[in-house]
Amino acid sequence: MIVSRRWLEALLGRSLVAREVAERLTMTCAAVEAVVPVHQDLGDVLVGQVLETKPHPNADRLTLCLVDAGGVGGPLEVVCGAPNVQAGRKYPFAPVGATLPGGVKLERRKIRGVESNGMLLSARELGLGPDHAGILELDTPAAPGTRFLDAVPVADDQLVLDVPANRPDLLCHKGVAREVAAVLGGTVKLPEIPGGKAVGRSGGPSDRPAVRQSDRGVVDGVEIRLEDPEGCPRYIAAVIRGVRVGKSPEWLAARLAAVGQRAINNVVDATNYVLFELNQPLHAFDLARLRGPAVVIRRAKSNEPITTLDGVARKLTAEMTAICDAERPTIVAGVMGSAESEVSEKTTDLVLECAYFQPTRIRRTRRALGLTSESSYRFERGIDLLGMPDAMRRAIDLIVAVAGGELREAPLDLWPKPEQSRSVFLRPARVSHLLGVEVPRGDIERVLSAIGFVAAPKDERLAVQVPGWRPDVTREADLIEEVARLRGYDVLPDDLRPYRPGTVPDAPALRARSRVRDQLVRAGMLEARTLPLGAPDGPDAVEIRNPLSAEHAHLRARLLPGLVRRVEYNWAGTVRDLRLFEVGTVFKRGKGAPEEWTSVAGVLTGAQRPLHWSAKVPDMDLWDLKYHFELAVQVASPGALVQPLPTGVGWQAVVGEQRVGWAGPLEADAPRWAGALFGFEVRLSEVAPARPAYRPLPATPSVVRDVALVLPGGVTAAAVGEALRRAGGTLLESLEVFDEYRGPKLKGGERGVAWRLTFRDPARTLREAEVDQVIMTALKALEEELDVRRRES
Amino acid sequence: MSDLLAALNALRERLTEVPQADERRLRELKTEILGRKAGALTHILAAVPSLEPKDRKAVGGVANALKRDFETAFAARERELKRASVAAGDLDLTMPGRAGWQGGLHLVTQVVDEICEIFRELGFTRAVGPEAESERNNFYALNFPHDHPALDAQDSFYVGDGVVLRTHTSPVQIRTLEAYPPPIRVVIPGQVYRRDPFDPSHSPVFEQIEGLVVDEGVTFVDLKAALTAFARRFFTSDTTVRFRPSYFPFTEPSAEMDVRCQICKGSGCPTCKQSGWMEILGSGMVHPAVLDNCGVDSERYTGYAFGMGPERIAMNRYGVSDIRLFWEDDVRFLSQFARPHR
Repeated sequence: MIVSRRWLEALLGRSLVAREVAERLTMTCAAVEAVVPVHQDLGDVLVGQVLETKPHPNADRLTLCLVDAGGVGGPLEVVCGAPNVQAGRKYPFAPVGATLPGGVKLERRKIRGVESNGMLLSARELGLGPDHAGILELDTPAAPGTRFLDAVPVADDQLVLDVPANRPDLLCHKGVAREVAAVLGGTVKLPEIPGGKAVGRSGGPSDRPAVRQSDRGVVDGVEIRLEDPEGCPRYIAAVIRGVRVGKSPEWLAARLAAVGQRAINNVVDATNYVLFELNQPLHAFDLARLRGPAVVIRRAKSNEPITTLDGVARKLTAEMTAICDAERPTIVAGVMGSAESEVSEKTTDLVLECAYFQPTRIRRTRRALGLTSESSYRFERGIDLLGMPDAMRRAIDLIVAVAGGELREAPLDLWPKPEQSRSVFLRPARVSHLLGVEVPRGDIERVLSAIGFVAAPKDERLAVQVPGWRPDVTREADLIEEVARLRGYDVLPDDLRPYRPGTVPDAPALRARSRVRDQLVRAGMLEARTLPLGAPDGPDAVEIRNPLSAEHAHLRARLLPGLVRRVEYNWAGTVRDLRLFEVGTVFKRGKGAPEEWTSVAGVLTGAQRPLHWSAKVPDMDLWDLKYHFELAVQVASPGALVQPLPTGVGWQAVVGEQRVGWAGPLEADAPRWAGALFGFEVRLSEVAPARPAYRPLPATPSVVRDVALVLPGGVTAAAVGEALRRAGGTLLESLEVFDEYRGPKLKGGERGVAWRLTFRDPARTLREAEVDQVIMTALKALEEELDVRRRES
Repeated sequence: MSDLLAALNALRERLTEVPQADERRLRELKTEILGRKAGALTHILAAVPSLEPKDRKAVGGVANALKRDFETAFAARERELKRASVAAGDLDLTMPGRAGWQGGLHLVTQVVDEICEIFRELGFTRAVGPEAESERNNFYALNFPHDHPALDAQDSFYVGDGVVLRTHTSPVQIRTLEAYPPPIRVVIPGQVYRRDPFDPSHSPVFEQIEGLVVDEGVTFVDLKAALTAFARRFFTSDTTVRFRPSYFPFTEPSAEMDVRCQICKGSGCPTCKQSGWMEILGSGMVHPAVLDNCGVDSERYTGYAFGMGPERIAMNRYGVSDIRLFWEDDVRFLSQFARPHR
């Protein structure tokens, strides 16, 4: 909502400093996002009076003017190109050295051989309007040399107010002025309408009409039928005859311009003025085009056509309320009228509508039509149901003042089920209870009454009458907020007090995520985050029903595809060495809601270590993959076994029969210079790995033996290791593979694998002979079971 | 036998050669004396088992002692040579050291962790909930009115009938209130989704951290105290904060917390859009309707809740200008934050 500082000043009858207003509103009401100065860039412009004119010696269309701009040096000679320049008149004048809107600094220069000591300005040059046909004539008593801004009140500030969805009252100047008055002082009073008849506030036909608890009536020959009181609980109509539709007076156009609205014609501008002043959307339509003449407020028929003001042919549904004449819809209620019924230059008699439309009805309608207007925005949030007659009166006064015409009959106010203003009980003790400080009852009453609530004591409580413009206030907590914000949140202390610890245990799921992240970071991997939205990954992929785009229409089922895309992205940036991992949520279709769980995935490519001068660094290979996979599985799925894939190159992690992890080489769109790409993915379990148990440190020496073996084809290192372990019994502390040989010294299919075995007896020093004996036994077993023999050196 | 003893004595003489040996000579000496195939001492030791039992002990004892002495001398000389070569200055010590890859957490994870740690110091544990969530938990149990403009800021992705990708972490408030009795004191980090296209400051998926405290006698002062303490621990101890009115359907009163812009210290700069303040979080006293919806007695219990966006906070603190950088996973970006720095 754009708020004009000048408009607020008019409502409050006092001057305001925009910055101060912004600051106070932000701290007590709603955030002011920006303060935009309007026309304050005209500070160098003066009022100039043309004393005499004569033709330019060298140009037919130019005039030489003698201008009095109040300067001590006397009148100045100025060249002017405008056809409307006349001696004796006053115009905006920019002297040499003045800065004009847009930041241009005016210099003295010769125009067709004659020096010009300044410039007379058009509306467009001042940024005041599109008019550039001539210079702007000023009708002002101000003396020549007066600052233009002091003579013509156009300088303003726009306050850009971020109005929350629950505060429709802040969508108009009166509502904002009310808040300003509550914190800065002042009384809100509607300004006099310039040129309006100084009619008293009673007795005129526009005065508050009697409410009719009926759904139909006639006003000045026009029949009004309220057939949809659910969609439109209250409808006030007036007929104004004999208006002259035309241009709005300056002041009205200026008011609207101040809030960024374009002037259209005096009738429409008057209704817009009331919209921005009182938050009451109004609609004026041409009585001559109204068949009947009747106004029927009813549910639209399914597929009923209407061409809205924006020129689009639309179809209505039975869920929408339409304002119709005797035959067909002329307005989509609360949203937009039709071109056909709109007020035009030819209109003389009009019907003025002041209605309350049910907020959710309007919301559904505008969403269904994809059509939002200033009116629908306000109806959707709830306008002041009780303030409608006042808004109607203001609108009538305004239209009559700016467009003429006559109200022959009081407006018709149809309100089949009138409502009283709501009362909410407030316990003053509860205010202190919730805010944590004592708030005196007097403070509560004062603060509430400052913004239009009426508080009356009732037992230990206050019965607080809620004004119609505050549909958001329905219970005690809402009133406590009013008290708290208007006193200011900053007055409350912020000292930490003792608290009771909570009953919720720290989430195991987050601990599991941290464990695996830390594990992979220690292994030199960088954490990535990939978008969970993408192309479908498998038949169980969860589809998004209303995606932003076709390529982001599914939820990911795995992390690896996303990570591969990130590798390609990095490759595109010519980065070759990559170790990325992600811990994230993945989804698959389930019964009802999708199933989701946490997954861990990593990708590896490029050098094993950063480049170093001391040695050539090899690229990551399958064995780096296996190491990282095992690291991840250890903490992500404690107890899972890593084993070779049944087919193909790679590994899987299994818990019982279930595969919980996969690792292997990956395909990608790789540049020629890229290394091989490997990846793994493991389902994250919330179970923590077993706590390590302390084993006493060895007090006896170990015996280390290297054993080189020849393995026939098909015998795995795992099988040999298993046999060694069995034979080694408790004395074999550890075994590691430290070499592999394939080559001409062995028969085809065979390979040599060397193990380093460490033996130890924790209780005593082992004798070499014992170890030899164990190794002999092991070799024998290996030969018998696996046909593995010792390799001759 | 006496031959062997004599040979051992002769070998012992050669111990004096060790401290003078250069690197090459040392290698030769080791081979000559202890070499596995041709070492003089190795030969003697090999001969010991074939001696008479009484000689075996005498010779074996002397030979083993000598072996230890040589080993000690060789090791000492090796260390000496190594030191000497460094001191001699034939190394270029400006050459780079040997590195391993530096791993690191994503900046957003770091910020989330840091925020959660601060709240742990303030007595909060962490809670989680699913990302695909019922409309009931995401909206209506949180007191969002049906068909209300408040829903406009929460444009959601639908993945089933009445199932949305959660638009905030607030539905975990509902889950927590329904699963645990007060006192409740939790923070809830997690990923959330909104139907906002990517731009420099918006992403359809982002991180949020929610907080919820419910107990007897919890007040607005407690809200201010906890959140001010958080801000001063996360930023600097002299950070100025302000609380101003806001609107969330699930809190009443509602408040926005701003901190003095960390970049311009309040004088106005492009980062804070000249306001001198940075919006950090939304907060408020838990709306009694939310407590009632979860079966918590709203007369007896009160509470506060808050929510913040770690990406925004990270962008402010680290000067990252575009939220999309968090999703690109450019390692040149990620590795800038890998080094531990707090």
